[in-house]
Amino acid sequence: MVDPVSEVFLDSSSGEPMLPDARQAWLDAQQAGWGDPARLHRPGRLAAQALDQAREVVAAAIGARPDEVVFTASAAHSNHAAIAGLALGRRRAGSHVVTTAIDHSSVLAAARAAGSHTAVEVDREGHVDLQRWTDAVGTAGTAAACMQVANHEVGTLQPFLEAAEICQRADVPLVLDASAALGRIELANASGWSVLTGWAGAFGGPASVGILVIKKNARWRAPYPTDDYQGGRWPGVPDVPAIYAGAVALDCWLRAGPTIGKHQRQLIDQLRAGIAKHVPDVDVAGDPVRRAPHLLTFSVLYVDGETLTLELDKAGVAVASGSACSASSEHPSHVLAAMGALTHGNVRIGLTWTTTEAEIDRFLAVLPPIVAGIRATVGAS
Amino acid sequence: MSEVAAPFEGLSLDCRGMKCPRPIIEIARRISEVPLGDVVELLADDPAAGPDLAAWCRMRGQTLVTADPPRFLVRRES
Repeated sequence: MVDPVSEVFLDSSSGEPMLPDARQAWLDAQQAGWGDPARLHRPGRLAAQALDQAREVVAAAIGARPDEVVFTASAAHSNHAAIAGLALGRRRAGSHVVTTAIDHSSVLAAARAAGSHTAVEVDREGHVDLQRWTDAVGTAGTAAACMQVANHEVGTLQPFLEAAEICQRADVPLVLDASAALGRIELANASGWSVLTGWAGAFGGPASVGILVIKKNARWRAPYPTDDYQGGRWPGVPDVPAIYAGAVALDCWLRAGPTIGKHQRQLIDQLRAGIAKHVPDVDVAGDPVRRAPHLLTFSVLYVDGETLTLELDKAGVAVASGSACSASSEHPSHVLAAMGALTHGNVRIGLTWTTTEAEIDRFLAVLPPIVAGIRATVGAS
Repeated sequence: MSEVAAPFEGLSLDCRGMKCPRPIIEIARRISEVPLGDVVELLADDPAAGPDLAAWCRMRGQTLVTADPPRFLVRRES
């Protein structure tokens, strides 16, 4: 079988390859923790123990209580449940939901489905305007608001602590989407949110594990039929081995994350500088300083994103793209469009746990001739 | 009686049906045909044309005068 991993894999934002410790934990839990955690027999009790440990790891990472932690099937499921559940719990207040213009598409879809939706504008680097946020959250009939800690495409950090305070003053519950931030941005002391969402695939755990943390005092009601599992907050037997592996992956980041994050931050700085130096007419998006350590997005003028992605893949470098077509969509990335960034010729980079300086050098070596070649083909310069 | 827009007097580029970045490549190639300060009309219906034309104008120092998809007007500044 051909090695399915590109020589240089720079697409962790679509899912980071599973960390070795997480994979081992998954195998171990398949042996010992495969039972139904609701059963009283030994396999059931072992599974329940593993599930409890996983909840403790997540809870410690975000300053919550273990019994507030729920595991779903994906980031999208968590975001849908978070917003629909607050909208249901707060339906007497109204059905207006506030997000930023650059939240994840699953958040925007859930907000639109809840009723009326205000997407608060962002500036050129992706920061939300807090005055506009205050006005939107203060609108009569607002049931809930949602904000990302860090944007999943461009990495820009939102002023989420300030936004949470504003929500508290307006008595509007906040969903904090920590999908791109968990394990990478300090959240143990973050407060003011009612529901927090995340995804194990973003930090080298299984893609099938979503995280949904619902504060005890949150006015959240399950917007779907439930059962006895996970306190009636997410139905069905939990996949304990996958959840356990996800928690081990998060634990790896909590231990080594600051060191690796610092390294990733330097690598992204090198990429930003190298791209600007070696490729003319490039639009690099996002806040260069206040950002998630591992993400970078840039767009290359006159170049088609799909062609660029495929040429980079041929050269052994795997990246994502937010351009139309290449993202299996007729429409370009709503994040780039909302920021006023160029949407064609887009390259989205997410560094992994193991990304090296040599890999970044390799990318910076192959990119300029590929761009020059495509531009020559289409007669643009 | 509905108003009928008069045909554009200056350089007009009909890029309807083209996917980005093609419309942007077309205006980049042709804008130097008009003198500085003149306005070029671009017709483009790709969903990326609006954001990409605005970004191109910013990157290349041109002015996006009108954005009313599928019709865009750009003033040549450089």
